[in-house]
Amino acid sequence: MSTPLCTSEEELLEQNPTPAEIEISRRTFVKAAGILGAGVATGIPTLASAQDAQDAAATTPHTVNLTLKINGKSYALTALDTRTSLLDALREDLNLTGSKKGCDHGQCGACTVLVDGRRVNSCLTLAVAAEGAEITTIEGLAQGDVLHPVQAAFVEHDAFQCGYCTPGQICSTVALIEEHKKGTLSTVSFETGQTVNPQLTDNEIRERMSGNICRCAAYPNIVAAVRAAAMGVRV
Amino acid sequence: MNPFSYQRAATPDAALHAITARGAKFLGGGTNLVDLMKYGVETPTTLIDVTHITSTEITSAPNGITTIGAGVRNSDLANHQIIRTNYPLLSHALLSGASAQLRNMATTGGNLLQRTRCYYFSDTAFSQCNKRTPGSGCAAMRGFNRIHAILGASESCIATNPSDMSVALAALNATIRVQGPKGKRAIPIADFHRLPGTTPNIDTNLKPDELITAVELPAPRFAKNSFYVKVRDRQSYAFALVSVAAGLELDGNTIKSAGLALGGVAHKPWRSAEAEKALIGSPATPETFRKASELAVAGAQPHAHNAFKIELAKQSIVRALTLAAQGVQA
Repeated sequence: MSTPLCTSEEELLEQNPTPAEIEISRRTFVKAAGILGAGVATGIPTLASAQDAQDAAATTPHTVNLTLKINGKSYALTALDTRTSLLDALREDLNLTGSKKGCDHGQCGACTVLVDGRRVNSCLTLAVAAEGAEITTIEGLAQGDVLHPVQAAFVEHDAFQCGYCTPGQICSTVALIEEHKKGTLSTVSFETGQTVNPQLTDNEIRERMSGNICRCAAYPNIVAAVRAAAMGVRV
Repeated sequence: MNPFSYQRAATPDAALHAITARGAKFLGGGTNLVDLMKYGVETPTTLIDVTHITSTEITSAPNGITTIGAGVRNSDLANHQIIRTNYPLLSHALLSGASAQLRNMATTGGNLLQRTRCYYFSDTAFSQCNKRTPGSGCAAMRGFNRIHAILGASESCIATNPSDMSVALAALNATIRVQGPKGKRAIPIADFHRLPGTTPNIDTNLKPDELITAVELPAPRFAKNSFYVKVRDRQSYAFALVSVAAGLELDGNTIKSAGLALGGVAHKPWRSAEAEKALIGSPATPETFRKASELAVAGAQPHAHNAFKIELAKQSIVRALTLAAQGVQA
């Protein structure tokens, strides 16, 4: 999806550019801001950076050539540092910036993507370990201009505020619905004694979505969107 | 993160050969290892991806023994029909841990090797951690130790084991099957994880050149009566302050056999033989459960901020045993 979720971006540009232009402008801005931040940081010598420099000198990066299958397309990556997470490969090398970096430690779920149809944290997945798998990101869910039903449900139920966690929330929901159809359990299923094909109650949804944190706390609307999407409510 | 070379082992033998290289580590789901590499706590120079060679099968033999391949992901293990039907305690414990995303990644073998979530261990800004840097001291001892151990700790380390799966495996009396350069061996779960002693840097009795191949569960005894209680600071997606895996085999109202293990209280899943002994042959009553709970935390030693765990553990034990006795729907 290249449509911005935040009107303030449009205000920043003070014109009516196409969605593609907005995307480029935002990326350029974010990257420039990141470089500036890094410059400031390196201006202050710290013990940590001295240690980092020592460590870097001690060993050299290992690189690999690999092919990743993402949203039905093959992407060749050359001389990729083995340390690259799937998330960084998507965002920094392949310009698939829909998947978001929140905590980078598997604690927030903003980076959630589907690997062979299963939701995973792409920040803790090494890109090199994902070779051979079918990866689906938020960019691969819509059919052209037609939103995926889960995307449509999130729009319909206003299931976000800033939108940063939304791609992860949506990918997670797509997998949740499939998992529930298969009759999988959650810890709530044991607490309610519903250990055979449990109903997808709001408590079940909250538990099954607990790997996706929303800093804006749009949780009531996220639960509503998940519930609607799971019930196949068309919007 | 320090640079590392990556290889996918083609066979278990190839993996066992590759692991002999200095600085080599096996990679499973990566949920803990990659995280700790980002923090600079783990610094392998070679990663040997074993997810393509470890078994992802779960099988049951006619004698009732169930074998779980080390490569089975936590979500698949929790939801496998054999496990749900025969070992619901394991399903319940697994689903109480982490998030759906992490459970999809984490493997059975990797979960057994999860390292502590002591913040003084994972944050290299703290110079003192005997587990990370042997001989450096323990920052938790005089630090903020609300989440730390009350049982089996030492002057060197008061960290706890964070796994929910391992607590259930302890109550179920699992056996860990491993393969090394000298062949195969089996390690009872009770002997797999270690107490910290003077070497808290060594979490388990698995040797560095050994690979976990499977986990074996004895014939089911607690399929009808088991429960996993996990007490934590938020209702989901948090590590246990205290957890209890309770399994009962009942003959009427009399306890024929019992499995009881605690999480969040020690450097390993804490199983009390005395508590289990007190349960066996007794009626499944609150009095019996309270007596067992007292025995289970006997010798507990609190630190400045975690004395609450003793009472919390006792009450959680009574609750887990009570709910186990009531029975679960399979």
